[in-house]
Amino acid sequence: MIETREILQTMHMIQQENFDIRTITLGINLLDCSDRDAKKCAERVYEKICRTAANLVRTGEEIETELGIPIVNKRISVTPVSLICQDDPRPIALALDRAAAEVGVNFLGGYSALMHKGATQADERLLASIPEVLSETKLLCSSVNVASTRAGINMNAVKEMGEIIKKTAELTAAQDGLGCAKLVVFANAVEDNPFMAGAFCGVGEPECAINVGVSGPGVVKVALEHVKGEPFDIVAETIKRTAFKITRVGQLVAKEASKRMNIPFGIVDLSLAPTPARGDSVAHILTEMGLENAGAPGTTAALALLNDAVKKGGIMASNHVGGLSGAFIPVSEDIGMIEAVSAGALTLEKLEAMTCVCSVGLDMIAIPGDTSAATISGIIADEAAIGMINNKTTAVRVIPAVGKKAGDLVEFGGLLGRAPVMSVNQQKNNEFIARGGRIPAPVHSMRN
Amino acid sequence: MKKALISVTGLDTTGIIARVATKLYEMNINILDITQTILGGYFTMMMVVDLDGAQRSFEEINRELEPVRDELKMSIHMQRMDIFDAMHRI
Repeated sequence: MIETREILQTMHMIQQENFDIRTITLGINLLDCSDRDAKKCAERVYEKICRTAANLVRTGEEIETELGIPIVNKRISVTPVSLICQDDPRPIALALDRAAAEVGVNFLGGYSALMHKGATQADERLLASIPEVLSETKLLCSSVNVASTRAGINMNAVKEMGEIIKKTAELTAAQDGLGCAKLVVFANAVEDNPFMAGAFCGVGEPECAINVGVSGPGVVKVALEHVKGEPFDIVAETIKRTAFKITRVGQLVAKEASKRMNIPFGIVDLSLAPTPARGDSVAHILTEMGLENAGAPGTTAALALLNDAVKKGGIMASNHVGGLSGAFIPVSEDIGMIEAVSAGALTLEKLEAMTCVCSVGLDMIAIPGDTSAATISGIIADEAAIGMINNKTTAVRVIPAVGKKAGDLVEFGGLLGRAPVMSVNQQKNNEFIARGGRIPAPVHSMRN
Repeated sequence: MKKALISVTGLDTTGIIARVATKLYEMNINILDITQTILGGYFTMMMVVDLDGAQRSFEEINRELEPVRDELKMSIHMQRMDIFDAMHRI
């Protein structure tokens, strides 16, 4: 029998410590919708999504009520659109956005291209359409994979993405560059990621699958409050135990959704995903470990411990683990990160170092509007290099804030939060980015 | 067996257990376990119940509890036991 204190602990986690399931993401294969004619393809895409995901939101809400845990987002990820369209992909983008609205999901990801080794004509058409598409759609998210450990870095794609991010920011300038919040550039992108903006349904995935992303930085922070001053062995153990409990609920939700929708369970993403709400911050876990602010010397070590302990605790709690799995460190979506940047404690360079040891990368960072495309490409190349060499996923989601400079504030609202514009290194790199070509894949013996 | 936890919290008054238990009885819901305490002046009761006899959906049972909530002016929350089992038992 469950003891009263255990029941109270669970209820406290949910009611006071912001424990929630961040997302149930339904992956849907769209390869069978492929057609030379974009309009025909768009019709098939719309029909398939509406049919497959008809019950997704209702199922999520039922589980939410019955288990008494918030499921914040219901989302869809689809096959990268560049793989299903041999024509102008814009009609498909609009169909995806309409389908997402029709079934009532919060976001739909997969307006994507995988071009880590090179671009197909379809990839190029999709890339060219991204700025307009993201300014014309609401729920659609886009991602581009420009590097992998096995293929190296496609520097032509890196160059193009710098320009595309600039253009997207300009076209959505009235909303503080919101379009860029829906666009992520990856190295080693994963096929079963339930998180946005980078979710897509990879070609190795089944016809459809339920992937769940958990959250709960507040729960970890509160758990650490009980071990103040204890050595790191205790800190790691405490995080592991907490991550185990969080992930078990993610597994339960995933299994339940899978059973009710008769769609196979894919993975649970062992993630700590913050929101801008107080008490839901990854940065505050780091400060609880004894740092004045995220960014203080020791931050990278603290994050490395956190990230590893979350995985160790979570892995035993779920049958299948995947996605991005680890702590996220978006700036605008985390009150502790916002405070750290505002206090001058956290720089772009420190964030880059932090991305070496945690999930994903430079995320939701506002940069001055006059930052050049080449500079953005340089930031992408650096981040891709970290991912390529370290055999991990890294990503860049930066938002050039048009007309704003370092220190100004941009406001996205909702889960996307708000961000102080961060200063960027002004040294020129135009000749470096203009070279193009590919950075060869690294050797994986003699690791130093 | 489909088990659920019903937690009741609010200002203490007479007849809380009686009202909730009567409503459960009317729906043919068996009470398996019950604990109650006063935490910081607030009445806190937790009941583990078996929903199998109810012949109604979770949502319907929840709706039936609505008048009891209003009458007692207390928070009455029902959730399936699976979440506690998942979290605290391997």
